[in-house]
Amino acid sequence: MSECCGPSQPCCGGTPALEYEYGPEPYVDGTVDTFAGPVKRVTTELSSEDRLGALRVRLAIARNDYRVRPALYAIGAPDDTSPVLVTGNYKLTFDTLRGELGGRDVWLLVIDSRGVNVWCAAGKGVFSTAEVVRGIRDARLEQTVSHTRVVLPQLGATGVAAHEVRAATGFSAVWGPVRAGDLPAFLDAGMKATPAMRRVHFELKDRARLVGVEASVLWSRRSVIAIGVLVAAAFILPRLTSLSGEIWLLTMAVGVLAVLAGAVVMPLLLPWLPGRTFALKGAIAGALLLAVLLAVTVGAPLELWAWGLLSVGTALASFVGMNFTGSSTYTSPSGVEWEMRRAIPLQIAAASVGFALFVVSLVMGQVG
Amino acid sequence: MTEMRYIDDVVTLELDVSRCNGCTQCTLVCPHGVFRMRDKRAAVVDRNRCMECGACSRNCAQGAISLEPGVGCAAAIINGWLTGSEPSCDC
Repeated sequence: MSECCGPSQPCCGGTPALEYEYGPEPYVDGTVDTFAGPVKRVTTELSSEDRLGALRVRLAIARNDYRVRPALYAIGAPDDTSPVLVTGNYKLTFDTLRGELGGRDVWLLVIDSRGVNVWCAAGKGVFSTAEVVRGIRDARLEQTVSHTRVVLPQLGATGVAAHEVRAATGFSAVWGPVRAGDLPAFLDAGMKATPAMRRVHFELKDRARLVGVEASVLWSRRSVIAIGVLVAAAFILPRLTSLSGEIWLLTMAVGVLAVLAGAVVMPLLLPWLPGRTFALKGAIAGALLLAVLLAVTVGAPLELWAWGLLSVGTALASFVGMNFTGSSTYTSPSGVEWEMRRAIPLQIAAASVGFALFVVSLVMGQVG
Repeated sequence: MTEMRYIDDVVTLELDVSRCNGCTQCTLVCPHGVFRMRDKRAAVVDRNRCMECGACSRNCAQGAISLEPGVGCAAAIINGWLTGSEPSCDC
């Protein structure tokens, strides 16, 4: 359910590379001749089709199938002295890059990263030294340019060893900036990135976009079935038990709000929620929202069964919040494991105690 | 806005300065500014910002950096626990 990497991008491969059928290439608007043969030239203007495609991917419709054919492409009118920028073949990345490179003459060497963004692909070993070497050889880059320098994306460094690329191909690597938007300034500065261009951030807009991705992931077939089961239960359960429909509805509202607290509110308020662990931040967001919901619907002070619901919901929000570690850009696996070993027993305890309170109150006829 | 910090004193990052040849690669590839050059050698200046992505160790030709790389992702770790294998995303 969780994304495993950086902002707004899927981390899964989908169809194997050899079987993948690349569609039409409306962004190709000509060719540039080189000693290694003609190279497709791509436009730097994004079409409405490109923008629609980006939206489609963000909404998780066929999101694993948004690839560009791995090859060398020309932007503008590059010659043998022009820079070579290396990237993966996730089309959103490809579009972002060419959109930033309007008015420039550069080569774009697209490596087969199975349609995955560079950071995730590098982490999974798909955007790798071997693939970059293969890409340079397949494009016959040494016949295309007279220099021996390629610009690798900095976030690809997890999977690509620059010194090994140089040993295998003779091309030495310069690490490009983290963000495509900094490429023009990087190129203008003679391929030098400022320290700020090398840092990964996790701004509100990054987190907001990720919340959208998470929501669209949740909106899978499994979730639709789960919601269907819950709605059916809301109608059937009141008939089987002495409980009123309102209580079952409230129970479900607690569940939905807990998930929203962990998956939406916690990520958006991340820097402002206390604590370092995502489990604690999620628990706080959940407890606050649920306390308000319960106080408004059943009134304060809360009765025992309402405390039970609050406890279960807080545990759920904490667990869902903990899963957002996979989407963040600064959590270490050691740290995530550290917090999980501490949080999961507490989450289980809170959920069990809460559930017991609710059931005991129900048996004793104190609910509602 | 200031960068968010994660949990202190948990990461596996180790730098053996005696093996460093001063190539500066680690200072270039780290997305969190963990390294800085000091007297022509790399130095760890903000260890707790490390997210164990492994970019530095992969690009250290001298093998001066060691760490256990991986993704800081709860779902991946749960998968690792359940399957008894390396943590990986379920995709």
